[in-house]
Amino acid sequence: MAELAARASTWWAIFQINFYEKLVYRGDFMLGTLMRFLPIVTQIFLWSAIFSARGDGDSSGQEIVGYTYYNIVAYYLLSTISRAFSSMPGLASGIALQIREGEIKKYLIQPLDLISFFLLNRIAHKLTYYIVAAVPFAIVFFLCRGYFDGWPPAQVLCAYFFSLVLAFMLGFFMEATIGMIGFWFLEVRSLLFVYMLFTFFLSGHMFPLDMLNELGGPWSTIVKSLPLMYLAYFPAAVFLEKITGAELMWGLIVQVAWVLFFIIASRLAFHYGVKQYSAYGG
Amino acid sequence: MAPIIQIEKLTKTYEVYQKQEGLLSSIRGLFHRQYKTVEAVKGIDLTVDQGEFVAFLGPNGAGKTTTLKLLSGVINPTSGSAEVMGHVPWHRDNAYRRRFALVMGQKNQLWWDLPAQDSFRLHQKIYRIDADQFQRTQDELVDLLGVSELLSQPVRALSLGERMKMELIAALLHSPDVLFLDEPTIGLDVVAQHNIQQFLKHYQQERKITVLLTSHYMKDIAALCQRVVVIAHGVIIYDGSLSGIIDRFGGYKILTLTFNEDAASGNLSRFGDVISEDFPKVKLRVDRAKVGEVLASILDQYELADVGVEDPPLEEVIADVFSLAHPGDQSANEKKMAQAST
Repeated sequence: MAELAARASTWWAIFQINFYEKLVYRGDFMLGTLMRFLPIVTQIFLWSAIFSARGDGDSSGQEIVGYTYYNIVAYYLLSTISRAFSSMPGLASGIALQIREGEIKKYLIQPLDLISFFLLNRIAHKLTYYIVAAVPFAIVFFLCRGYFDGWPPAQVLCAYFFSLVLAFMLGFFMEATIGMIGFWFLEVRSLLFVYMLFTFFLSGHMFPLDMLNELGGPWSTIVKSLPLMYLAYFPAAVFLEKITGAELMWGLIVQVAWVLFFIIASRLAFHYGVKQYSAYGG
Repeated sequence: MAPIIQIEKLTKTYEVYQKQEGLLSSIRGLFHRQYKTVEAVKGIDLTVDQGEFVAFLGPNGAGKTTTLKLLSGVINPTSGSAEVMGHVPWHRDNAYRRRFALVMGQKNQLWWDLPAQDSFRLHQKIYRIDADQFQRTQDELVDLLGVSELLSQPVRALSLGERMKMELIAALLHSPDVLFLDEPTIGLDVVAQHNIQQFLKHYQQERKITVLLTSHYMKDIAALCQRVVVIAHGVIIYDGSLSGIIDRFGGYKILTLTFNEDAASGNLSRFGDVISEDFPKVKLRVDRAKVGEVLASILDQYELADVGVEDPPLEEVIADVFSLAHPGDQSANEKKMAQAST
């Protein structure tokens, strides 16, 4: 019990220091947070243009692979929420940089678990972000409420929140694993760029992934067997009740499995990475 | 009592990527990389008892920092063993990590954009320091180092000397039993260096903790360490007191002769190397074994107002020791000198 209390108190301290740090550059932080809403507006305009081109100036009533204009905007807003959980700006590159600059040493000598420490830092970072972003998010959703068919049932909402938390975990452990590659290759920027590019398209942030069914061939299967779709598409599809029943259960199980896979991968990468690191001087 | 640090046959080799000059070899390097094995530490044996203040002395790249990194568990050794307070450092047990601290002059562990106070609080939690104990230790350290005014100023706005003081406080908050200091006074001005020296001296004497220090400033070492370990090329070439280095490696003494006003000094080079001649003062470098004999014959032949016999400056002796440890460099130097004189 005392151990747990001590841990909770450490976590609270880590949360606080991160919060303070964010607030040092409050202008930059606010601006960065609010600017994230700009792409939403441009995306809505883009889809509006696509649908109205199809319907000769009328965007309602048209469908693109099962999605109406309203469905698409609702999906896009939800995928933005997913990404607010699963995107990890600066995580992998930050870890790689700390390895490269030797900063990682200061954590290796302290009695803490490095990956847990980074996770707590990130949770603090996210919570700070949500505090600032909650109001603008609420405004956007309120203005766009017409694009939704109302709230889904309670059990769907539960599954949705669960999948969002898992999306956060998956995003964190995937990026942490990639950052650890810095132990072997001191420069991972290009690798990260490739990862970002794939994530952008294959997570479903840009368009609903079930549109790929129309393409035929192996594409849909390939994309659905990657972990990336759990970062954006899956939670959004759960909210919109595109995935239900047994398929939903199975989806959550696979998402949990991916999280576990990357927890283990990041641990292994760290374990062997530290050894490797010391073989090349640091 | 068991020694607090015990190192046996510790070695550490690095693989370092070698890049040849030129475009073609750069392209070749994409496919086939050549690595050179660098032996940073070559079989070190060392025992340190509780309460000792030991200096690691050696030229750049001698293996001092590597040894400290090994002892703080940041890197794994290639072979050999080490135990600090009964722990193998590179296992990185929390029990061990709560009992030592590492301070690197060129790296900082404080949160850059925040006041040091915030970093201290985080340390309190990470090291699980009791709140009263924490407050007492922090007050004491802040007072000793005279930085109470600076606690709420962002670290980035502190001077190098002030920052180093904060680093030391952060490292000592959990009252470590063993402290590793890697060039703690690097880049500091004389006053700041002196402050840090005084602080370390006082703290170590008060707490009787064990300290291993690397530094290039002989003043640090002279002020702080009873024991000096000279490392060169990954091996220990001397282990003993600082003054012992002069006895062991300083093969000569310096005679300062002050002649009577009217006496001529004549040719003194037959007694030894003339270092400086500023009549009536002449400085001679004389072989240690011949000092008595030379002095007797000088006194016999000249009228002197004053005579002084001194050890050579420590820096010079150490520079000699370092160059002895670089046999290759020395012969190259000799060749250069021979070429210059012809």
